[in-house]
Amino acid sequence: MSPREPSIPASWELVVGLEVHVELATATKLFCGCANRFGDEPNTNVCPVCLGLPGSLPVVNARAVELAVRLGRALGCGVETSAFARKNYFYPDMPKNYQITQYDRPTNSDGRLELPDGSVVGIERAHIEEDTGKTTHMGSGGRIHDAVYSLVDYNRAGVPLVEIVTRPDIRTVEQARACAGELRAVMTAIGASDARMEEGSMRVDANVSVRPAGSGELRTRCEVKNLNSLRSLGRAVAYEARRHVGLWEAGERPRQETRHWDESGGRTISGRSKEEVEDYRYFTDPDLVPLTVDGAAVAEVDAALPELPAARRAGLAAAGVAAEAAALVVERGQDGLVLAAVAAGADPGLTVTRVVNDLALDDWSQVTPEGLAALAGMERAGKLSATQSKQVLAEMAATGGDPAAVAQRLGFKAMAEADLEAAVDEVIAAHPGEWARFCAGEGDDRKKMAGFLTGRVMRATRGRADGAAVNRLLTNRAIRP
Amino acid sequence: MTALAVAEAVAAGERSARSVLEEHLDRIAGREPEIHAFNWVMAAEARAAAAEIDAAVARGEAPGPLAGVPVAVKDNLCTRDAPTTCSSRILEGWRPPYDATAVQRLRAAGAVIVGKTNLDEFAMGSSTEGSAFGPTRNPHDPSRVPGGSSGGSAAAVAAGFAPLALGSDTGGSVRQPAALCGVVGLKPTYGSVSRYGLVAFASSLDQIGPIAASVADAAALFRVISGPDPLDSTCFDPAALAAGNPTAEGQNGEDRPGVPEGVEGLRIGVLAELCGGLAGNGPGVEGVAADVAARTDEAVTALEAAGAAVEAVSVPSVRLGLSAYYLIAPAEASSNLARYDGVRYGLRVEGATAAEMNVNTRTAGFGAEVKRRIMLGTYVLSAGYYDAFYAKALRARALIRRELDEAYERFDLLVCPTAPTTAFELGAKTADLLSMYLNDVCTIPSNLAGHPAISVPFGAGDDGLPVGVQVMGPAGAEHPAGRSPLWRAAAALERAAAP
Ligand SMILES: [Zn+2]
Repeated sequence: MSPREPSIPASWELVVGLEVHVELATATKLFCGCANRFGDEPNTNVCPVCLGLPGSLPVVNARAVELAVRLGRALGCGVETSAFARKNYFYPDMPKNYQITQYDRPTNSDGRLELPDGSVVGIERAHIEEDTGKTTHMGSGGRIHDAVYSLVDYNRAGVPLVEIVTRPDIRTVEQARACAGELRAVMTAIGASDARMEEGSMRVDANVSVRPAGSGELRTRCEVKNLNSLRSLGRAVAYEARRHVGLWEAGERPRQETRHWDESGGRTISGRSKEEVEDYRYFTDPDLVPLTVDGAAVAEVDAALPELPAARRAGLAAAGVAAEAAALVVERGQDGLVLAAVAAGADPGLTVTRVVNDLALDDWSQVTPEGLAALAGMERAGKLSATQSKQVLAEMAATGGDPAAVAQRLGFKAMAEADLEAAVDEVIAAHPGEWARFCAGEGDDRKKMAGFLTGRVMRATRGRADGAAVNRLLTNRAIRP
Repeated sequence: MTALAVAEAVAAGERSARSVLEEHLDRIAGREPEIHAFNWVMAAEARAAAAEIDAAVARGEAPGPLAGVPVAVKDNLCTRDAPTTCSSRILEGWRPPYDATAVQRLRAAGAVIVGKTNLDEFAMGSSTEGSAFGPTRNPHDPSRVPGGSSGGSAAAVAAGFAPLALGSDTGGSVRQPAALCGVVGLKPTYGSVSRYGLVAFASSLDQIGPIAASVADAAALFRVISGPDPLDSTCFDPAALAAGNPTAEGQNGEDRPGVPEGVEGLRIGVLAELCGGLAGNGPGVEGVAADVAARTDEAVTALEAAGAAVEAVSVPSVRLGLSAYYLIAPAEASSNLARYDGVRYGLRVEGATAAEMNVNTRTAGFGAEVKRRIMLGTYVLSAGYYDAFYAKALRARALIRRELDEAYERFDLLVCPTAPTTAFELGAKTADLLSMYLNDVCTIPSNLAGHPAISVPFGAGDDGLPVGVQVMGPAGAEHPAGRSPLWRAAAALERAAAP
């Protein structure tokens, strides 16, 4: 969670829509057979088509269309016969100086996205387009204007993208972050994209404006680019909203323009103004034929759609998992394990705590729901301390095995009550000052001392003590010394 | 010697591909300095290819249907062993890393590519005077143009430099020079021949087409280059046409080369608007010369004499063709030619910034006609003008296609002149753009409709220069090659024209 950004006054309302580009997880590019791979030597995954050499022609990658349709259906979009168009503008990383995209006939339109808090953001469209190459400006500044020379890598040129355009339904910074996060969750759940903002396989631009609270108007918006994380998105939207409110309240008005988020400066910087807006001269690309996805194909895609994050969160909630924890478990893709463990009798809260805090994201394939349920049961029954439980879980993840057997192998058994009492008494005797503060303390100081004393007991017992049991013993002794 | 005769003799071992090639290289050496049909003569590469054909024949292998036949290839088709310039400074010296599909199919068929032929820059023109490397001259009269934009290819066949040539036809660029040079030229149905490796001018109109000295040779070349290609999404499989084209015979039978049959029973419409007008339907298009109209009349009479049912037909919308074409083709060209920016290949003229380098490169690299069309196309696609110009042109195009399709419900084929005049003097029309553009008035409707059309020489004009008659058909009418009604009518005209 990022620190809360100062918000705008309650008399103003935030209006945000997102434009999200996701790279589709295909083996090859959108219009040629070159590998769609991140991180290779520059200009090694190129051919006449993606270099836009004279005479070359694009042929659409059927797998990309399939993934785009899957993505559209996951967002509840209607799928229509669509067409590719050319967006004409000059830039050195555009091999043809036009981008093949979709304009008036997108593949997917009119969908909706339900966020973890239950709110809904409308999806205007999700269309297919090709990516451009990547330019590195050498020399001062890193911008094209003052570059001494520029290097272009065309490995990314022609990589399939879907651009998802939401309706301006977002009203808070948290919702903006949640919307991008939810899109990422949907993309990964359906296998359409790995959707990594840091690597650029998911790129989020935010259209930000403000209006007097309660009015239905749409005021001048600015498009904020260069948002490399959910945190940047939240900060940028909040900054831009405050900037707009400041301008309006000072009797000025924002200019419609593209602005870049400056992460280190914590501000947005004016880019090119939309007043000198480029005319992209869109027209239907005559090199490609219309894309028709018939009803049967759409039904096939629907049937193959996995359960989506919203439904999975609902499933966890129904199993007794708290909402925030459920979102986290789904994001981590461990909801199947949790649900099965709960079905096998595990306590939902304790199971989620162990899974979210102590189970690595990358390798937990050896952990079975039954094993997890048994572990939670042992911990619940006081047969394992929290510390021991974490160690057993780590061992289960590494080598598999049943928690009872693992605990035995590690030499863990619940401490006999008498041993635990002896340990507690030793710690009390060794730290009379802290003990006195604990007994006399109120609120925070008592809590602090409890933490201190429990920590000492844990250290003395090498983690075999159960934290809850120690706490109980300390409390009892404070009442009846 | 026809291409088919050459291929037969080479395959039979009666002639060597090498001797055939040397004969043609000798002719090139003799007259090319005067004609300038080629941007690049590929003597060494051709000799190597011919030697391979001869070796294959010696090994007893089947050398392909065009074994040892020299072919001239328009210089807007990519060839991996020779520069591809589109007769433009901006691509001077550029060597593609790949062969166009049509070129690849030529090689696979045993053809020997002798050189890259001259054209109006980026195929924009009707006289080949728009080449950055100087004009091509008409072998029938070197003071005259060969037509264009495939003027180099048509002149190469007419001069005997090669029995076959490939051209490209966006608004008549195969048929009009074929007519002016007295040879046969086919513009196939859009999608019959893969455009992969054809440097785009106007992608929705461009088709590669064969140019040959005879109808049978043109069919043989078309057979080799046509057919579906996974690299071109707009390319179709002619087998899929069978159901939709009941007059094309033999769709299910074997597709054999040979002499086409007659025209008995074919219903042929004489396209009034392009033949000087029709009473009650307003005037025809401007500029069809009396001698050309007279030869067309004689051609119609000849078809009737050969057993076809002939009747005049009006297709009023073809009058809109020229205007629609000069909006649609430049619009697509403005986008297609954006890639020539000095960044990756071809000419680069440096500048202080990347944008300035783009401008300097394009200013120096493109000729006047190309710049004119890029500006026109950019304008008609611009916000505020798109609906008034481009969208309206698309509606005109749809109307022309619809009216032609309606005509083909009553007629198997339509006939009209290919070009309004015979070959004109060099320089005669360069100052008057509209008169230059009018050269394509009869050929443009087929491009806009995506339909096939063939130009066949039929006699001479008052100046003694060749006249071409055009036979047009509905989509797919050139399949099967050499045998469908389109080819049969073309062959009938060829026979009737023979002295
Ligand atoms: Zn490629």
